[in-house]
Amino acid sequence: MSSLLTSARVTPAEIAKELAFFAVIAFMMSIMILGVETVDRPTGLELALRWDLVILAIASTLVGRLGLIVRREHMSRLLQAVLIVVSAVMVFEMFVRFRDMDDRWAAPVTFDMAFQSVTSVIVFVAMIAVVFAIAYFSASTKRVVTEEEKAQSISSRLQVAYRTNTKKIGFVGILFFFIFPLLFGENRSAIDLATLVMIYIMLGWGLNIVVGLAGLLDLGYVAFYAVGAYSYALLSQHFGLSFWLCLPMAGIFSASFGIILGFPVLRLRGDYLAIVTLGFGEIIRVVLINWYNLTGGPDGIASIERPSFFGLAEFSRRVPEGVTSFSDLFGIDYSSMHRLIFLYYLILILALVTNFVTMRLRKLPIGRAWEALREDEIACRSLGINPTNTKLSAFAIGAMFGGFAGAFFATRQGFISPESFTFLESAVILAIVVMGGMGSQIGVVLAAIVMIGFPEMFRELAEYRMLIFGAGMVAIMLWRPRGLLSFRDPTILLNMSKKEKVAGENS
Amino acid sequence: MTDNKLLEVEHLTMRFGGLVAIDNLSFTANKREITAIIGPNGAGKTTVFNCLTGFYVPTEGRLTLHAKDGPRLLERAEGFRISRNNGVARTFQNIRLFTGMTVLENLIVAQHNRLMDASLFSLAGLFNLKRYASAEKEALERAKFWLNKTGLYEFADWNAGNLPYGNQRRLEIARAMCVEPSLLCLDEPAAGLNPRESAELNLLLQSIRDEQGIGLLLIEHDMSVVMQISDHVIVLDYGKKIADGNPDAVKNDPAVIRAYLGEEEDDELPPEVASDLHLDPKAQ
Repeated sequence: MSSLLTSARVTPAEIAKELAFFAVIAFMMSIMILGVETVDRPTGLELALRWDLVILAIASTLVGRLGLIVRREHMSRLLQAVLIVVSAVMVFEMFVRFRDMDDRWAAPVTFDMAFQSVTSVIVFVAMIAVVFAIAYFSASTKRVVTEEEKAQSISSRLQVAYRTNTKKIGFVGILFFFIFPLLFGENRSAIDLATLVMIYIMLGWGLNIVVGLAGLLDLGYVAFYAVGAYSYALLSQHFGLSFWLCLPMAGIFSASFGIILGFPVLRLRGDYLAIVTLGFGEIIRVVLINWYNLTGGPDGIASIERPSFFGLAEFSRRVPEGVTSFSDLFGIDYSSMHRLIFLYYLILILALVTNFVTMRLRKLPIGRAWEALREDEIACRSLGINPTNTKLSAFAIGAMFGGFAGAFFATRQGFISPESFTFLESAVILAIVVMGGMGSQIGVVLAAIVMIGFPEMFRELAEYRMLIFGAGMVAIMLWRPRGLLSFRDPTILLNMSKKEKVAGENS
Repeated sequence: MTDNKLLEVEHLTMRFGGLVAIDNLSFTANKREITAIIGPNGAGKTTVFNCLTGFYVPTEGRLTLHAKDGPRLLERAEGFRISRNNGVARTFQNIRLFTGMTVLENLIVAQHNRLMDASLFSLAGLFNLKRYASAEKEALERAKFWLNKTGLYEFADWNAGNLPYGNQRRLEIARAMCVEPSLLCLDEPAAGLNPRESAELNLLLQSIRDEQGIGLLLIEHDMSVVMQISDHVIVLDYGKKIADGNPDAVKNDPAVIRAYLGEEEDDELPPEVASDLHLDPKAQ
């Protein structure tokens, strides 16, 4: 190994120093998290030290780091691949041992046990082979720059392909969501999940107007969602108004709340605005909890009326005298899926309306003013743009779509309580917008699927949700710090085609 | 002469706490003329602009703009309304473009209020009614006119932030002109330009004055610009007007020379300060 290292520009002493540094860091990080375990003894809870885990953590760090040093100094590709694989195996073993100590796992897997079945061996060997192949072929023995340039050109080609075909991609996406119930029509959980994702897509698109276009950081968006939901629930319970009448009213109420909130706070900027909107979101929730007479407080509002088929028919199996049922209207057999599929299409249409209105507004003076305001407020004032009104319009329109989504949420759940409108919801919606890439409509869809769809789909892995979340965040910060699809499309072009513009920006 | 007045500044005073930034300043600027405001750094030139364009509310004084439809009092108008209703547009000392937007979009945003009126709270625009479509076309034509005028036509689809510095300066002027002002305030338009670029700028400013028939108010340190194109020069020092007249008269005014070059005071300085002033460049 020393002979391999002699070709390096670094001396063994330097390498040893670097490794020692990382060993200390690995030790400090692992000793508390991995190295100490609470054990339930007859005498009470005791601490047990898990030195094997600590040693594995340090060893895998050192080997992995050595691999990175070899890569950095452009030495043997083979050595590099071997080191990375060894490091990966150690991490795997550490993971297995860590899992092993948890009693909740009925059938703990250890290295030895994994080898007991043939398939496990094959899977394990295949995994090692894949890691090795990736490590070997991505390993660089040439100049780093060329590798980077190559990656750059691939990612920039992808960017160009995406940006010039945004419309087609969007169209395919819409088509997919439209035929989704035809594919999974009998699968209740699939439709439910798709509806949930669609609610968040709509909320993300609504918040995108405020955060992505107007650049106003709003941490209390869920307040407008709550106003919409409670507007419908209360109007329906107390006045017996139908969903179709309440839907626009919920939007109007939410927009008014947006204006009422916005008027005093929109002179604030950035962090200050974020704090105030956060407070507003909490105020709405606390009011909902405490105003028992009106909102039922923490008990919430139950048995909210379900939507009818545009006032023409009901979805229930047995309908009262003089009311048509959906199955009779179309002369088909009753199925409980009809309502779910109808709800799915309803939120799909609502979300698409949000999208099309946003896309259109972007190309109108108001949308351009939003973006200009995000870029430079002082310049906007010097051009005679009224900053307050412009911000208020963004706030109100964003809130309106939040209100529509809220009304839909209430009618879908049939039950609402303040618990559904916590700060966490605001944070998730904001995360969807930021992760998608501020202002990007398709980005919001992707992020909503990743943030809402994946955790539901992989419920078995719920234990590792936060682990994967953290890894995902780090990956995004490293590779796409401005969001998955953070490209701004010009609203008007004079003498370039869109393709030329995109290519020009990527060259 | 009196009916040629565009802007009348009377007894303008601006105090920030105890600091008097502008002290009882009065001057007039005429239509179809370039009026330059010059003075050493910190003389209060930009503060005058900020008062005129609504960024500051003056402590005292009256600012009258003689617009086509009668005089307007600028000090009473709220910030953004000055540009919107009264037709005063400005540029900034440190360029303030919408850098993420294209050059063309910058010019269209500048026509926001006209387009907004045409779009009827965005409703006409949302359904693309004829009323809005024709207004947008007109806005595009105006933007094209100013793109040609400033030689930025070929850069129309670039992001404004990617333009070279000199072009950004010209774009800011084009953007202000898209507001269709009656008074254009330029805060150091030639700062950071090379001699060729500032010569081009002179031509642009002169043509704006002659063809558009509006008044220009100019803050500038570059004397080659000031002396060549301005019709009228006002000199400020410590917030006070120390000279007012045509360029040649101002150039030879002893008060101006004193403000710019200082008096022969070196001998009176204490020895340690005097030695600091003559430090050798190696020390830096």
